[in-house]
Amino acid sequence: MMLRVKNLESGYDNIKVIRKASIHVSPGEIVTIIGANGAGKSTLLKTITGLIRPRDGDIHFDGRETTLLSTEKIAFLGCSLVPEGRQVFAPMTVKENLLIGGYLRHKRREGRGEGDLDRIYGLFPRLKERENQFAGTLSGGEQQMLAIGRALMGGPKLIMMDEPSMGLAPLIVKDIFSIIRRLRDEGNTVLLVEQNARAALGIADRGYVLETGKVILEESAAELLKNKEVQRAYLGKEKKEIWER
Amino acid sequence: MDIWDEIHECMPREELEQLQLERLQATLNRVYKNVTCYRKRFKELEIDPEDLQSLTDLTKLPFTTKEDLRENYPYGMFAVPLREVVRIHSSSGTTGKPTVVGYTRNDLKTWSNLVARFMTAVGVTHDDVVQIAFGYGMFTGAFGLHYGAETIGASVIPMGAGNTEKQIMIMQDYKTTVLVGTPSYAITIADKMEKMGVDPKTLSLKVGLFGGEPWSEAMRREIESRLFISATDNYGLSEIIGPGVAGECMHKDGMHIFEDMFLPEIIDPDSGSVLPPGSIGELVLTTLNKEALPMIRYRTRDITSLDYSPCPCGRTMVRMQKTMGRSDDMLIIRGINVFPSQIEEVLMSIENCEPHYQLVVSREGSMDILEICIEVTENIFFDEMKRQRAFLEKVEKRIESTLGVGVTVKLVEPNSIPRNEGKAARVIDKRQF
Repeated sequence: MMLRVKNLESGYDNIKVIRKASIHVSPGEIVTIIGANGAGKSTLLKTITGLIRPRDGDIHFDGRETTLLSTEKIAFLGCSLVPEGRQVFAPMTVKENLLIGGYLRHKRREGRGEGDLDRIYGLFPRLKERENQFAGTLSGGEQQMLAIGRALMGGPKLIMMDEPSMGLAPLIVKDIFSIIRRLRDEGNTVLLVEQNARAALGIADRGYVLETGKVILEESAAELLKNKEVQRAYLGKEKKEIWER
Repeated sequence: MDIWDEIHECMPREELEQLQLERLQATLNRVYKNVTCYRKRFKELEIDPEDLQSLTDLTKLPFTTKEDLRENYPYGMFAVPLREVVRIHSSSGTTGKPTVVGYTRNDLKTWSNLVARFMTAVGVTHDDVVQIAFGYGMFTGAFGLHYGAETIGASVIPMGAGNTEKQIMIMQDYKTTVLVGTPSYAITIADKMEKMGVDPKTLSLKVGLFGGEPWSEAMRREIESRLFISATDNYGLSEIIGPGVAGECMHKDGMHIFEDMFLPEIIDPDSGSVLPPGSIGELVLTTLNKEALPMIRYRTRDITSLDYSPCPCGRTMVRMQKTMGRSDDMLIIRGINVFPSQIEEVLMSIENCEPHYQLVVSREGSMDILEICIEVTENIFFDEMKRQRAFLEKVEKRIESTLGVGVTVKLVEPNSIPRNEGKAARVIDKRQF
């Protein structure tokens, strides 16, 4: 197992957000966590990456316990987060942003990751075109590509993505998701948190449904797409059917 | 031999336990939210689904029994609205109301794949012709095996139970390779073939998948030698999903429980406490992935034991022994637990003995009397009283040494014990408690 989370409890101040959640990610799969606004999806990712300290439970990454490790240590071990809202370094160029991502490789004494640049540019030709442009001048979709590229530069074993579709036009979302799928097909492991349940389940292998901090379903993505409860709550399907009638 | 779902069936135990915990927690959160009867009971016992942090914490939860299903008859235990249920089955209600079970579309798919797992495990492939001799209708057996065989891609003959002569004709003409039914019906078919003069060696049959009632190793040997097939066992009950809970692999040394879907425990049927691995007791199952009708610690009433040692087939899933009877079938004769299957095993081991028998329990004063009626066949009908008595004594002695309790054996006329094409009712308890 790449990632194993057991009985995780975490939150902010007096508010318990994640309530005894257990999830896992096996190597080579895309796992998605779907849920409504405020269900605790982002909190879960932030706790895994060490940005929030868990109150209870344990986290194992790549065979080692990371429950109480610092964020930089967890990232060093190969667990990368593509944060919500991209968070690219706006006053730096696209290339500089990517090279910063390669810093982890340097720290692991794996070189500076210059070789990775070509791979990233192959994946996102658009970034190559805008290599010397400031990141802040990119469109939302391009910034998302940059954020993913930056994470990949670190040579991660697990890429976690927080709402990569947020604020993007449907066509761009399609692009981004086909790239995530391609990453998996090339052997990467992805944990994807999404409000756009339909798009996420469309590319994922497995999924969890999070509701008020609790996991209420674990199934293959294909089964979740057919689950009526998921359709009603997250895919807006039933409404459409009523309207059609 | 192929494995239908290698990822799950051969999952390393550590990964399996993580998956079980995740699914168990999700199931509890779901039943707490959606099933009134569970929520009420958890609240009464002051249990929060969050309290369950390991698989062993399961013991904190209350059992579910058939009575709970009856009290919530018909749909009270469903965890989804009825409009999401696409199939309803029910168990025969011999005592009181029947129990009703439901399936969502995903449940039906899960069910088909589980049956495909154990059918594949005994060698069924898309090249086979599968004759289903279970009764269709409300009983889950026929549909389960039907879906499993179709999922594999085999050709399915939905024959149904009964009409033995026609069954045999179809077997001959349609070149059936796989027979599905109850083990007692397999013997009925063998009897009929004998009578009709059909040589089983001329048939294409190679595998039999038998279930629906407990049967012994001796009965397996009889079916195998009379029908020239490999007779395999599988296990399931409609309250959990139907067939597809467990099934044998080619090694025929216990049935692999599909633990990614069902969490097994063995308990002492009287005290309800969990017994250590390897003990004989009642099987309790918790569903991990059912949508329409999740079950928390359902008491199956079936007596068995679990074997966690690795199986040479490569599956990592625990094996349950053949069910040794039902905890409510269990007879207590003069303080000793007796299972009808033990008696069957002895009868079958004695040459010349057909498995058609009936147990009659009565009480004289405070003394329990167990009488075993065996149907006479040509082989054991002796003109000489002396030989007959010697035979009876031999049977009595063997049974007494196996059970540790004295019995009377009686010979009865051929065909005087009611034959059952479905499940066999072999015990008559005349005692007044």
